[in-house]
Amino acid sequence: MRRFLVFLVMILLPLEAFAITADEVMKKSQASFLYHGKDFKARVMMKLISKGGAERIRELTMLRKNYGDVGGNQKYFIYFFQPADVRDMTFMVYKYPAKDDDRWLFVPAINMVRRIAAQDKRSSFVGSDFTYEDVSGRDIEDDTHAIVKEEKLGGKDCYVIKSTPKAGDVDYSYKLSWIDKANSLPLKEEYYDRKRELYKVFTADEIKDVKGFPTVTKRTMKNLQSGHRTEVTFKKTEYNIGLPDDAFTERYLRKPERRWID
Amino acid sequence: MLIVFFPLIVLFIVAPAFAEDISLHGFVQGNYSARVTGDRPPESKGGDLVWADERIQLKIDGGIKAFRFFTKTDLIGEHINEKADVEFREAYVDYAVKNWDARLGKQMFTWGVGDLIFINDVFPKDYEAFFSGRPMEYLKRGVDAVKVGLYPKVTSIELVAIPFFKSNNYPKSERFIMYDSMPNVKERSEKEPNPRVKNTEYAVRIYRDILGMDAALYAYRGFHRKPAMMVDNPDSPKYITYFYPRLSVYGFSLQGRMLEGVVSLEGGYYDSKEDRAGKNSMIPNSQTRGLVGYNRQLWEDFTIGIQYYSEYMHRYTEYKNSLSPGSPRDKRLKQLTTLRLTQLLKYQTIKLSLFTFYSPSDKDYMINPEFKYSLSDHVWFAIGGNVFGGGKPHTEFGQLNKDDNIYTVVRYEF
Repeated sequence: MRRFLVFLVMILLPLEAFAITADEVMKKSQASFLYHGKDFKARVMMKLISKGGAERIRELTMLRKNYGDVGGNQKYFIYFFQPADVRDMTFMVYKYPAKDDDRWLFVPAINMVRRIAAQDKRSSFVGSDFTYEDVSGRDIEDDTHAIVKEEKLGGKDCYVIKSTPKAGDVDYSYKLSWIDKANSLPLKEEYYDRKRELYKVFTADEIKDVKGFPTVTKRTMKNLQSGHRTEVTFKKTEYNIGLPDDAFTERYLRKPERRWID
Repeated sequence: MLIVFFPLIVLFIVAPAFAEDISLHGFVQGNYSARVTGDRPPESKGGDLVWADERIQLKIDGGIKAFRFFTKTDLIGEHINEKADVEFREAYVDYAVKNWDARLGKQMFTWGVGDLIFINDVFPKDYEAFFSGRPMEYLKRGVDAVKVGLYPKVTSIELVAIPFFKSNNYPKSERFIMYDSMPNVKERSEKEPNPRVKNTEYAVRIYRDILGMDAALYAYRGFHRKPAMMVDNPDSPKYITYFYPRLSVYGFSLQGRMLEGVVSLEGGYYDSKEDRAGKNSMIPNSQTRGLVGYNRQLWEDFTIGIQYYSEYMHRYTEYKNSLSPGSPRDKRLKQLTTLRLTQLLKYQTIKLSLFTFYSPSDKDYMINPEFKYSLSDHVWFAIGGNVFGGGKPHTEFGQLNKDDNIYTVVRYEF
């Protein structure tokens, strides 16, 4: 009787009900990696390390607030502490899923706020190995996704997803992502160039639980071709701090409120 | 000597007593530029040197509760005039609460959406610095002012009052070879508006988002920052007085994402209040000024910016009739275009840039290529050039034809 019931259920339910799709994995990963909480604040240390070992430092506070659902609009605010030539500089992004972002930059030396052109999301973020897209996320609809395999990485069960850009204006031909089945965070990403050779590798080096949200607090992006790498550490990480909409305005771009950036 | 150590006194004695947090930053810089044409300005002291100085800049920042203070002071060793100096570039106190804030003291303002073209940015600038290859921040001059910002829900408002007039700093005959319409008149003086209540300048900016565009309205009541010239006797002038006629400006700006880039629009009406009839050729006529700009990233770390600017003179017939015979005559429509190309390389440690002005109406130009390299997080240097030419001996860039220069800046920041 039980065998018959199982058989009946298998026949009645479509096959997909048993298997998560690649798009769903990526959506859950995006939710976990970039959309946790209503808002988010982190003091970020970036170490830019050249092939020869020379180090440069970028220290900043990043604020993020979600508007709408996962995959929806977000606002970002970045204040720079280091290096000296960008100290007090601020940067603001209104991120929209289906169109180009709005970006503003404040240059304290001449007290100037400017909109900046934001077409190439694959441009380097402040000279690091991370792109703007790596910081604030790439639209899931921009790629086609497929589950290549399932395997363990560092003892954790992962889906391995192959993402291929739909348009040819991207610096990689495809990307492999190892997504932790348990918390949906990307543990590793491999970028393959147009000759289909591996050239960039992302690794999540430390994951901590912050207010119940698993958070990647250390990460590295390494460019295998140039030997350059960027190590990022989130020093203070907070969720749901009650960031007001005001924090993302020209007023605070020119003069950020201390309590949000310290 | 005391004044040299003023910032240090503020830092070590006064500030810690009042501040919860305090920071000291700044730089040490060498900045040199030399004319490469072999020509010398009439009152040159520096030979081929247009600019040569070393300076230490100290920035002190601190605050307690709703108050913050900021000072930016340059200690300067200047070679052309062989003098040491102290320059308080900015020094102000901020007070901020939820719906409004205020800033009192010496401060800089940058309004409008133009890239090195200013319509509604009516605040003092230093063109001598700009033409001699000094870092961009030296284009702006600090002014003693009160600024109040109001932030009700519907819009943001900025009100500025400037009690002490400050002119633009234009190239002078000590450093530059300039056109002079009356070279034989040696007796000259300058008369700035006195600091009286009725001479206080007022400026207002109202801004908000409209359909994803940054929109702003501006109004200004004050003075032209470029002096007008008055002679004692038009037929045989012996004495020239430079003065600053009254001016009001009303304008708007819009900036937003469009056409896969950023589009900027700005316009302004310049009401030249002391010569509305346009019959006094010594005072600029009223004008309408307009600007359209477009900025776009073409590939990774490469951006291009183009602008078209025009200045339309009202009362042109009156202006023409008022000119004395033989004086150079401005066009009714002055046009200016700019091009900016920027490429960053080597993880953004190298910046190659090119900025050009070209005037289709005056046929003159300025070209500024620059190479900037950051050796580390603390040290950068830049090498560039300013090339002027075209046009006529009296046009804006044409008159600087013999002032082509190369410059270098070396800076250690801490």
